Amino acid sequence: MADFKLTILWSDWLIYLLVVTLAIFFINLARDAVTRKRWRKVFVSPLGSASFLVIVFYVAIALLDSVHFRLPLQQLEGSDTVHYSQEVNSLLDLTLQDLRGNDEKTYSEPFAIYSFAKENRTLDSGQVVRDFPRLEHAGSHLPTGKPASADIFERTMHALVVGALLTLALWLLIWVLRWGLGLSSGQGLQASAWLPWKSILLTLGALVLVSTWVMQLGGYYHILGTNKVGQDVLFQAIKAVRTGVLIGTLATLLTLPLAVGLGIAAGYFKGWVDDLVQYVYTTLSSIPGILLIAASVLLIDVYIETHPEQFQLTAERADFQFLALCFILGMTSWTGLCRLLRAETLKVSQLDYVQAARAFGVSNGRIIGKHILPNVTHIVLIALVLDFSGFVLAEAILSYIGVGVDPSMASWGNMINEARAELSREPVVWWSVAAAFSMMFVLVLAANLFADKVRDAFDPRTVG
Amino acid sequence: MALLHVFNLTIELPASTGPDASPARSLVKGIGFDIDAGEILALVGESGSGKSLTALALLRLLPDALAITAGSVRLGDNELFSFSESEMNRVRGFRAAMIFQEPQSALNPVKTLEQQVGEVLTLHKKLRGQARRQAVLGLLEEVGIPDARQRLDWYPHQLSGGQKQRVMIAMALACEPDLLIADEPTTALDVTIQKQILELLNQLRRARGLAVLLITHDMGVVAEMADRVAVMRHGDILEYRPCQEFFAAPQHDYSQQLIHSLPKRQFRPHITEPQPLLEVDNLKVWFPQRQGILQRVAGYTKAVDGVSFSIHKGETLALVGESGSGKSTVGRAILALEAATEGRVSFDGQAISELDQKAFLPYRKRIQVIFQDPFSSMNPRMTIREILAEGMRSLGLAETSGQRKSRQEEKLSQLLVRVGLAAEHLDRYPHEFSGGQRQRIAIARAIAVEPELIICDEPTSALDVSIRGQVMELLLELQREMGLSYLFITHDLSIIPHLAHRVAVMKNGVLVEQGLCDQVMNQPQDPYTQALLAAAPVIQALG
Repeated sequence: MADFKLTILWSDWLIYLLVVTLAIFFINLARDAVTRKRWRKVFVSPLGSASFLVIVFYVAIALLDSVHFRLPLQQLEGSDTVHYSQEVNSLLDLTLQDLRGNDEKTYSEPFAIYSFAKENRTLDSGQVVRDFPRLEHAGSHLPTGKPASADIFERTMHALVVGALLTLALWLLIWVLRWGLGLSSGQGLQASAWLPWKSILLTLGALVLVSTWVMQLGGYYHILGTNKVGQDVLFQAIKAVRTGVLIGTLATLLTLPLAVGLGIAAGYFKGWVDDLVQYVYTTLSSIPGILLIAASVLLIDVYIETHPEQFQLTAERADFQFLALCFILGMTSWTGLCRLLRAETLKVSQLDYVQAARAFGVSNGRIIGKHILPNVTHIVLIALVLDFSGFVLAEAILSYIGVGVDPSMASWGNMINEARAELSREPVVWWSVAAAFSMMFVLVLAANLFADKVRDAFDPRTVG
Repeated sequence: MALLHVFNLTIELPASTGPDASPARSLVKGIGFDIDAGEILALVGESGSGKSLTALALLRLLPDALAITAGSVRLGDNELFSFSESEMNRVRGFRAAMIFQEPQSALNPVKTLEQQVGEVLTLHKKLRGQARRQAVLGLLEEVGIPDARQRLDWYPHQLSGGQKQRVMIAMALACEPDLLIADEPTTALDVTIQKQILELLNQLRRARGLAVLLITHDMGVVAEMADRVAVMRHGDILEYRPCQEFFAAPQHDYSQQLIHSLPKRQFRPHITEPQPLLEVDNLKVWFPQRQGILQRVAGYTKAVDGVSFSIHKGETLALVGESGSGKSTVGRAILALEAATEGRVSFDGQAISELDQKAFLPYRKRIQVIFQDPFSSMNPRMTIREILAEGMRSLGLAETSGQRKSRQEEKLSQLLVRVGLAAEHLDRYPHEFSGGQRQRIAIARAIAVEPELIICDEPTSALDVSIRGQVMELLLELQREMGLSYLFITHDLSIIPHLAHRVAVMKNGVLVEQGLCDQVMNQPQDPYTQALLAAAPVIQALG
């Protein structure tokens, strides 16, 4: 068990890179007094801090799910070479081992201990009856005849107590940290008093409680039921977090260089540069987005089919398709931000300080870097945070129409896609789509609330 | 009994809690005044003195963040502060109306004049259809809109700035109010238009017996218009007296300062230097008007159409004109920020108008610029140090290594001290300074590269009067010390005698008159110059 092989997928590299870049970005931010003040305004509001924490929680799940490795297979007699499993696991799989291993045969309702479909069973007397069989894993610890509800209640209480203790410990830790940090700056608790501690602690508490509850009960029951092939729906929904978060950030970041570069160039140099950029984005935005994306995804599929030697693992193939999707989404949706930036640059470059810089003979590159870019950053930031939720939703839509991520990759879009059939059967299987919906809803809501706060803090019209 | 009686009016910014906690601050401190019917009271003060807040408070239109904490406002027999909000709406527009500084933003761009003015009539007088049209027509004719019948269906963008202000006044008068509050009604207008609007206000108050509260910072306007004057500073009324007495013998120090901050009519001796530093010969700047999908050039906007003048070393040439006359474009063309269509600009004997960007670089050091708006002329994201050093670095004057760096540091500090700021201001951001201080920084930035010619594009028009005087003094001092030449672009005739050696008057892209300052100011030859001079408000008491 000590022996394993790290398998780092391309998207894993990207997510690490992203985290490092963000860290550098925040350190740089802390230097500039004006920007620091604006971010402070975002976090002063309870809603801003709380939604940020929820986003961080999601990102943490995505990070855990981005450390991939392959376990060794049992060695064959007389062979020295170690073969590794074709299955790629992540740290998250390890953490949620309890949820992952307990596959049932087919659908089961949330917290059910009986299957959702009737089966033929042969009784001891030899008689064949058609009945709902007991589930293989969920509730298997219960003695026959004992109802599940009492057990669930007991375990929930237990989980709540454990969760509450953990929460208290966390609060204490934060308080000590605050105290320590405050002492070093000589201000005590006052140093960090501007943060809305009440809502931060409450959000943290809620997150800890929910996590412990899921961990405690997940091993005994299927909290959100199972899907058609008996996999735990909750586990699938959690696995899809990585897909959602990554598609949101990667696609957004891919749009940036194009939108910023072309937009500012068009607005600053005007003339033929402007004409060219305008023609490109008018053409691009007049092609229906879905059509363009579907066509590009099909191209990628053909590439994968014709180059099987490059993709030895299923995970690798899925990963490539996923990255391609991010790329395509990014390439097709930079036009909006580009248009905004072009207009803003046109405005800013007419301002007196840019004229003054030109009167001093400052080079174009320096004017763009020093005078224009910093003064359009607010637009970039606002667009960045707003686009994020847009891309998460776009993934769901694309997977639903079948041009999204690989079916083997857990994603909310794939879950919703399957729900098409589930919702039309009788009795209805509702939990799969409900799980995907609520996980996505929380993330998109948090991202939108955060985006609102960022906009309030950075939009010059509201800053005044 | 006065028509409007204001007593002990107090406006406060309530104490705020939370991260940026601040105690309550009173912005207007218990002021009082009266206005009779047919009288004009001028409320004078610099920006931030609370004069506009007072006007808004009279109609209870203050922003939510502010509160009226004490006082009373009586209009006729009614106490306005005891009215409910819906009763107040019957007062606004009906008994007291307001006109604003910026007619551009006060008119709805998608409504015709008839709809704009008629809206008030429908609301308060229930007029509709033909009756309403007739009433609007009458009002537009009264405020002097030419061809009013035809213009009823025009949109605001088809009117000039002065005409828009007239429409604003027509809207204000629509319901025959007793009181008109005019908040800097002419600040955004050219002098000739300003004169017309002021005359219109004067005429209306006589014809209608209108009480007018005129808010302004221009002492010339006050002297011409007001019956009584109230001087405001920091939320207090310092002096409140009849106009003539006030100008004859101002009591308060600050009032004296305000009056004396007006530049004196005293001409400067002219410079006798044979060789001109800058020569502009038949300069033309035409902007192509493009049309259609292929951006075909359909015609030209002739912003500058054949302008010639010269500036000698140590001399100031004032380039005067109203907005749209092309005077700023001349400055930009000299700086090569705008390409000249035709003509020649020579500096120190060298033709510079044909040079490319790189070859022009040495001249960037010798010709510098100061802009009008001190709030947009500095990058809000850069510290004062970066702003000052930027030009020095790009022109190769900056010194980066070791000992030299400390020498540059010293130079930057000296620059700030020279323009009247302190060396410790170097690490602050522009938004931490007032308008006057920012203009000083802009001057420091220009002189940092030790230029010979500075193009001053209305450097004082965005400033308060008292600060305007200080900035002008600074420019004059620097001229004496460094032998600078100025091209001083302005629309304000009153500051010219004090500042310029020679004057050039510009209209529609051409120079109509140019000559020595006292010649042009005292014996203007061109009818346009005469009209300009006649329109400028002058304080008679000071002569």
